[in-house]
Amino acid sequence: MNRKGPRLGEPASLWRMRLVPIASVMVASALPLMLPLIANSPVLPPLGLLLFLCWQLLRTEMWPVWIGLPLGLWDDLFSGAPIGTAVALWTFASLAIHYVEQRIYWRGFYHDWAIGAGLVAAIQALAALITHPQADAVRVLSLVVPQIVLSALLVPLFLRLTGMFDNFRLKRR
Amino acid sequence: MTRPAHRRPGQSRKAQTSLFIAYVIAVTGAVAGLLLAILSVLDPVGFAQLRVASHEVTAPVARVSRSVIGSISGVDDAVSAYVKAGSQNRRLRKQLNDTRRQLVATSALQEENRQLKALLKLQQTDRAALANGYLLTSTSTSSKRIALLSIGRNLGVQAGQPVRGADGLIGRVLSSGPSVSQVLLLTDVDNIVPVRRARDGLPALSSGRGNGDLDIRTLNIANNPFKPGDILVTSGTGGLYPPNIPVAIIVRRQDDGALARPLADPGKVDAVSVLRPYTPDNIEARPAISTAPAAPVPARPAPQ
Repeated sequence: MNRKGPRLGEPASLWRMRLVPIASVMVASALPLMLPLIANSPVLPPLGLLLFLCWQLLRTEMWPVWIGLPLGLWDDLFSGAPIGTAVALWTFASLAIHYVEQRIYWRGFYHDWAIGAGLVAAIQALAALITHPQADAVRVLSLVVPQIVLSALLVPLFLRLTGMFDNFRLKRR
Repeated sequence: MTRPAHRRPGQSRKAQTSLFIAYVIAVTGAVAGLLLAILSVLDPVGFAQLRVASHEVTAPVARVSRSVIGSISGVDDAVSAYVKAGSQNRRLRKQLNDTRRQLVATSALQEENRQLKALLKLQQTDRAALANGYLLTSTSTSSKRIALLSIGRNLGVQAGQPVRGADGLIGRVLSSGPSVSQVLLLTDVDNIVPVRRARDGLPALSSGRGNGDLDIRTLNIANNPFKPGDILVTSGTGGLYPPNIPVAIIVRRQDDGALARPLADPGKVDAVSVLRPYTPDNIEARPAISTAPAAPVPARPAPQ
């Protein structure tokens, strides 16, 4: 028995298959607080959220539908929004993706882009409104508009990035 | 094209049940999360420790990346400065001429002031700087403006202490952890600071706009007395912020007050100091400090 080399048709490591998506979202959520950037306005796109949505658009069945609960809680710890915001909004986003998945049977690239951009816009707008309940709604929303536009333009890039991570995740030994 | 999912679990009762349970968990969890969010808006202190604990995890990385890269600041500033360069240049040149003239007048006044103060034996006690640190990083993906300060309870930083830089007010400490603490920046939408105009003491309220600027509102709405160039300092009303810390400069008038720009840009400031909160106890304690022989008068550089 030669157990040293890779065997034909052997699947990828189970640990890697499970850990890569979760770890990538968690690192992306925490990354803005590791950069020496002191921002005067929301300048960075929500990296964790973009990766989270792209993973679900690419592999809808990979995660159970409640995966937004732990990952959202992790994101809340770093984003600055009140804890629980992303827990709720991310989970509603996965429910929306699962629903759309059943309605649009063969999704294409433009479908994915539109769904991703729409969900990012809705989540960032609602999160801003939850964060500042007393402030003027129009002003709060105008605060996140540049970020939403940037995020919508970045969705294809993040889809490709997720694809690269997915290739690594499923690479045969 | 993404492959359609095998969502239908088929005839297996077990698979159907587990799919149903996943949906139940998701919906109840999301609703609970929404309630948690509302709760943490109402009571931000309750969950602050959880967040500060997670920031303790990223702080070492932020320290290293800051020391390697230096501080990246004001990406948005750089873009808008490039766009406005021409008009800004003209305006600045005019301002420079005005300022030069004023500087001559001011230096004479400063000297006179110094002599009068020496006469009165008024001590310029550096009002209670507790500790000095630097800003490591800040939230940059949400509409909340919270920065991470490099010191925490290890140097006596507590929630509610004001933070200032050399140029002016930065914000106040939201919560402190063992080695880092969170600072709610002046420009946050929820940060309201009582200020007054330095020239004549006209009281006003400053609140952040969330994009780096401040809204200034007077307490009487009848007229709008602000002019571009007015300097605002903290008034000390209501405690917390000690009086006479520079806060902002008025940029332009608005319908209901004025738009102002903070004097201290947290992205560009190097070191910040954490001050003692300004409370009635401190006010009463001050005469006792000024009679004490300690705390020598800091030598002021002689004006040219």
